[in-house]
Amino acid sequence: MEQLTLPLIWAFIIGFGVIMYVLMDGFDLGVGILFPFAPNEESRDIMMNTVAPVWDGNETWLVLGGAGLLAAFPLVYSILLPALYLGVFLLLAGLIFRGVAFEFRFKANRSRYLWNWSFAGGSTVAALAQGAVVGAYIEGFETANGVFVGDALDWLTPFSLLTAMGLLAGYALLGATWLIMKTEGQLQEWAYRITVPLLMAVLAVFAVISVWTPFVDEMVRERWFSNLTVIWVLPAFSLGFAFLIFRSVRKRLEGLPFVATMGLFVSTYLGLVVSRWPYVVPPDYTLWDAASAPESQLFLLIGLIFVLPVILGYTAWTYWVFRGKVRAGEGYH
Amino acid sequence: MELDPLILSRIQFAFVVSFHAIFPVFTIGLACFIATLETLGFMTKNPVWIKLSTFWTKVFAVVFGMGVVSGIVMSFQFGTNWSNFAQASANFLGPVLSYEVLTAFFLEAAFLGVLLFGRDKVPPGIHMFSAMMVALGTIISTFWILSANSWMHTPAGVDLRDGVFQVTSWAEAIFNPSFPYRFLHMGVASFLTGSFVVAGVSAWYLLRGREVEANRKALSICLWFLLLIAPAQAVIGDFHGLNTLQHQPMKVAAMEGNWETSRQVPLLLFAIPDQENQTNHFEVGIPGLASLILTHEWDGEVPGLEEVAVDQQPPVSIVFWSFRVMVGLGLLMIAFAVAGLLLRPGGRYWRTNWFLQGLRLMSITPFIAVLAGWFVTEIGRAPWLVYGMMTHAEGLTPSLTGSMALFTLIGYVLVYALVFSAGLYYLMRVLYVGLEDHEESGERDTKRPSRPFSAADVPFEFDTAGTGNTKSTHQGGPSSWSS
Repeated sequence: MEQLTLPLIWAFIIGFGVIMYVLMDGFDLGVGILFPFAPNEESRDIMMNTVAPVWDGNETWLVLGGAGLLAAFPLVYSILLPALYLGVFLLLAGLIFRGVAFEFRFKANRSRYLWNWSFAGGSTVAALAQGAVVGAYIEGFETANGVFVGDALDWLTPFSLLTAMGLLAGYALLGATWLIMKTEGQLQEWAYRITVPLLMAVLAVFAVISVWTPFVDEMVRERWFSNLTVIWVLPAFSLGFAFLIFRSVRKRLEGLPFVATMGLFVSTYLGLVVSRWPYVVPPDYTLWDAASAPESQLFLLIGLIFVLPVILGYTAWTYWVFRGKVRAGEGYH
Repeated sequence: MELDPLILSRIQFAFVVSFHAIFPVFTIGLACFIATLETLGFMTKNPVWIKLSTFWTKVFAVVFGMGVVSGIVMSFQFGTNWSNFAQASANFLGPVLSYEVLTAFFLEAAFLGVLLFGRDKVPPGIHMFSAMMVALGTIISTFWILSANSWMHTPAGVDLRDGVFQVTSWAEAIFNPSFPYRFLHMGVASFLTGSFVVAGVSAWYLLRGREVEANRKALSICLWFLLLIAPAQAVIGDFHGLNTLQHQPMKVAAMEGNWETSRQVPLLLFAIPDQENQTNHFEVGIPGLASLILTHEWDGEVPGLEEVAVDQQPPVSIVFWSFRVMVGLGLLMIAFAVAGLLLRPGGRYWRTNWFLQGLRLMSITPFIAVLAGWFVTEIGRAPWLVYGMMTHAEGLTPSLTGSMALFTLIGYVLVYALVFSAGLYYLMRVLYVGLEDHEESGERDTKRPSRPFSAADVPFEFDTAGTGNTKSTHQGGPSSWSS
């Protein structure tokens, strides 16, 4: 009983952590991706100040994902990270450059443009690396006896490049709709303008991935085209949310585009999860194979039950503190 | 030449950890100092405390930013370069590191946002509370990370079954034998670092007559605090040493440069250890003192390195010398703390030139001492990854090639070098601008026509004229604050 349910609970928790990370760091990475295209330097100041108070907390979900994976599914951790060795390096290097840019940019004068590039380049590289990880994950890993035995560049395929582009566009879309919500005037106008083209780009990549994935993998094909018709509700939801983004931008609504984009991400993410369930290291290991000792899963779970609501509480509170439009000249610098 | 992924991974991890370590040891102490200032400001309503707090929070933000990004790297490096170790130790390390994220990182990150950006958005009491939560987060983080690290030195509460550590007692594993000493030693080291940096910077401002009232207050707080903790650190260090002798005798033997197990072992002040011939050259020592310190008896028996095969011994020279650097600097710190007390009557401590100059130089010493101590404990563990249970070689990622490890090693070194020199530069800039009307001075700079950076119009004194570009020439450390 315990053996059966604990890994399931943990799969849910890790899954929750991943989507929390994607949604939260997604929009601040998106702001970085859009950075070079902003109307002017003052807009860039505002863009950065919309995320400056919260980006660090957003990124902490990634660290929780890493540590939680090690705690609950060490097999996944110890296969995925060596398999994605170079991708992980690029991701981390990207996060370093964009992370320090938050502090350095406002302290720089003549070299400010360098930190603009550091923020934009770092965000873009991190988003591409994460997108490539998604593709590599769908394609699966070469393993033997619980260790990765493939080559260091196995993860770099045309398919993973496509998913990388998809996530890049997706994060940019999240960033654009976040800016619609958090800014006004010229910058908001610009964010409205780029949202629909970004949405189109995302949908185009999704369409190609949806057609491609079943051919890449037999298991995925079976999952989607067997008698499990109920899962088609997920792509239907995705399309519905896409339409909602389109409509709400047309109607100049300020909050709904961001919420609908989050909905689009969640339904797509769930689509990805059901394609692979219950394999956590495709194609060989299920979440039960990969689980750590039940005592370890239980030990962490007990603390998590108490601490996670508190974290969600004060995180929500900080978003409340920094609610409303961000205007020029705000921030502590 | 065949590239060895083991050596390269060890260098890589040592580099990343050492680089990372210097940020938290500073921010832990500084976070507590800022929380103190916020509390004093809230209680007394004296604006000088808030002025100090606002200034030091800026410094904190730059350093914390670098600490965060370098820390993210570490949490993934267990998996990339040491996947066998990660898998073997996941049952213990996974939950411990996750608890660190859950109980510390989120707290720090969320409340740091409020501390930095929320002064006008939340009531003063909540702002003070946020400063306290950031400080609390750094301390909780220290607790977990040192539990994990200590466990690798003195593993307890686990069984090694089929190559995987199974936890038999969480209490024994978390509160493993060396944990209390290590936690205290590192915690106090962080307070020493924070205090000496604040004292050094305040001394520098006093030397130039800037914001005298506020900086005298800051210096006074630091000197009282140092008087308390600098001697305490020596005592804690002694207890830690005794604990190490009990659990990792070969590390102590390397620290002492002691090859033969014997009684009345001298305390070596100077020696050149020769691992090949298993002996020392040019020994200068105080007879019997090592025995006295380690066993608290003049003729106590101290184990020597000869007790294990040569390939089981840690690299003696590095451990031996790092230990002397750490202890030497510790004694110097105590001397300054005592001097601060002697100079206190009549406020001589903020008028005595040599003392202020000395403090300015001292601000770099805690970093060196911490790194030296880190080398002693980590290199002294060799060849063990988990002491007595798993070697470095056993923990390595099987699929890792030498060229991959080399590629990322070079990558991290380049990225960190760039980020660190820039960070140091901006830190200097924050310090140069100081507590005065920083808004104004910032404005003055932004209004200048932007041009590719040339050293010619850099307004800072520490940028000694015309040495290349403005970004890569500031590696002199805090000692180059004034020319």
